[in-house]
Amino acid sequence: MNELVFFINNVVIAGSVTGSIYAIGAVGVTLVFSIMRFAHFAHADMMTFGAFMVLLLTAAFPGVGAAVGLPTAIVMLPLAMVLTALLAVGIDKAFYKPLRAHGVKPIVMVIGSLGVTLMLQGLIRLFAGTSGQSLYIGERKEIFRLALPFEGVRAPIVITEPQIILFVLTFACVVGLHLFLNRSRLGKAMRAMSDNPDLARASGINTNTIVAVTWVIAGGLAAIAGTLLSLDVTFKPDLSFFLLLPIFAAAIVGGVGHPYGAIAGGFVVGFAETLAVFNWAVLLRPFRDSLPEWLAQAGNLAFVGTEYKIVVPFFILVAILVWRPTGLFKGKVI
Amino acid sequence: MPLLEARDVHGGYGGMNILNGVNMAIEADEIGVIVGPNGAGKSTMLKAVFGLLTVSQGEILLRGEPIHNLPPNKLVQKGMGFIPQEKNVFPSLSVKENLEMGAFLKPQNTRRMLKQVYDFFPPLYDKRHQPAGELSGGQRQMVAMGRALMAEPELLLLDEPTAGLSPLYMNEIFERVKEINAAGVGILMVEQNAKQALAIADKGFVLAAGQNRFTDTGAALLADPEVARSFLGG
Repeated sequence: MNELVFFINNVVIAGSVTGSIYAIGAVGVTLVFSIMRFAHFAHADMMTFGAFMVLLLTAAFPGVGAAVGLPTAIVMLPLAMVLTALLAVGIDKAFYKPLRAHGVKPIVMVIGSLGVTLMLQGLIRLFAGTSGQSLYIGERKEIFRLALPFEGVRAPIVITEPQIILFVLTFACVVGLHLFLNRSRLGKAMRAMSDNPDLARASGINTNTIVAVTWVIAGGLAAIAGTLLSLDVTFKPDLSFFLLLPIFAAAIVGGVGHPYGAIAGGFVVGFAETLAVFNWAVLLRPFRDSLPEWLAQAGNLAFVGTEYKIVVPFFILVAILVWRPTGLFKGKVI
Repeated sequence: MPLLEARDVHGGYGGMNILNGVNMAIEADEIGVIVGPNGAGKSTMLKAVFGLLTVSQGEILLRGEPIHNLPPNKLVQKGMGFIPQEKNVFPSLSVKENLEMGAFLKPQNTRRMLKQVYDFFPPLYDKRHQPAGELSGGQRQMVAMGRALMAEPELLLLDEPTAGLSPLYMNEIFERVKEINAAGVGILMVEQNAKQALAIADKGFVLAAGQNRFTDTGAALLADPEVARSFLGG
C-alpha cells in the first residue's frame, strides 16, 4: 500500500499538475493558431509575464491574501490576467498586426514571435533578475498530508495548496472555455473564423474583433498557467520558456486548432512525462520474492532519468508528426 | 433608382485585369443572372460587387450609394448577402450555429429568422444539431443560402449555387431562388446552367473577356439565336 501512495504522489498528482499547466498553455497556443494560423512561440513568455505581474502585485500588497484566506498571489491573479491580456493585445498591435497587413507567410509570423519571446524574456530579466523567487511573500505554502485509513500505510498522500488551486482553476478554465465557445455569440464567431475566415467576413463578422478577443483569452490563460506553475515551484524568468516544447507538443498531439484536443494533449504529454521518469521498481517491491533476481534487484526502473525529462515531449512530438500529423482530434497541420 | 448598378467596372487580381468594363443594373425585385464562357469574369464580377476584389476603375452603386472597395462586413451591414461557390459553410459548426452566424450583426433577429429559415428549408430543422460539414452538397447549399438569409438581405449574391448538384437539387435551388426573390430580395447570381438560369432571370448579362456581350431580359436572351449559338450550346 505504501507503494500505491508513492505512485499516487509521484504519478497521479504530479502528472495532473504538469498536465494541467500544459493543457492551459496549449489551449492558448491552439486558439491563437486557429484564428491567426501561426505558431505563437512567445506564448510561454506571456505565461512568465503573467506570473511576473503576480509577483509585482504580491510584493506591492503582501497582506491582501490573508484577509480572504487565499494566497495573495491568487487574489492578484485576475488583475495579472487583465494586464497580460493587455500585453497580448498590445504585442499584436505593435508586431503581428503590421505583419498581417503585409500579408506575410506564417513562417514570418513565427520568427516574429521568436523575436517577441526574446524581447519579453529580456524585459522580465531586467526587472526581476535571474534568480528564482517565491510567489509566497511572507506566507507559508500549505501542505496537506492525507493519511489513508488502512493498516500498514505509513506514507500520506501529499498535496499542496497551489496544486489544489491549480486543479480547481484548470477545471474552471475548461468549463468556462467550453461555455464560451459553444454558447456565446463571440465564441461561436471565433469557431466560425477558425473554420472559414472568408465566410466569417462575408457573414459580417468583424475579424479584428475576433483577433482581439483571441489575444485577450490567450493572455488571460497564459497568466493563469504561468502563475500556477510559479506557485507550484518558484518564479524564474526562464521557467515557462522551457515549457514551450511540451506545450507545443501538447497542442500538436491534440490536433492543432482544437481546444479540447489541446486539453487532452496537455494531459497526455504531462502524464507521459511523469510516467517516463517514475521509478517502476518501487511498484515491484511488494512482489520481490516472486520475481526473477535481475528484476527484483534493480534499483531504478525509470524509462528516462529526471534530468532527461524533456526528451519525452520531444519523442511524442516527433512520433505524432510522423505517424499522425493531424493529432488525436484531427486538427490542422502546422 | 436601381438596387444595384455597376458602371464600367474594371478590376482584377495583382495588377492583371479580368474585368474590362462591366455594366449592369438590377431593380429591387429582380433576378439578375450573369452567364458566359469560362474565364469571362463572371465570378470575378460578383466578387467585385461584394468587395472581395479591388475595383480599379468604374463604380458600383447600391441604391445610388457608391460601395466599391468597401470591406464585406460593411456591405453586409448595408443589406448585401453573399454565398460563395465553394467553402460556403462552416464545416465544424452545427447547422444551427451556421445560421446564427448569418445573423451575427443582428443578434436580436436570430430567433425569428431561424424559424423562417427552418420553415423555408425543412430538412435543415431536422439536421440542426449536425455539423454542416457532414451534410450532402444540396443540403450544404441550403445551409449556405439560409445563412445568408438570416441577415435579411435586400440583395443576395449567389456564385454558381447549383455547381456540382444533382438535377433534382438543381431544380430545387432554382425554385428556392425564385421564392426568395418573390419575398422581395433582389438576386444577382452567376450560373453555369445558363438556360435554366436565364429562364428565371429578369435581367441577363452575358459576359465574355470581362465585358458585356449581351444585356437584355432573360427571355429575350434565351430567344436570341446569336446568344444561343455562341453561349448556350445551340
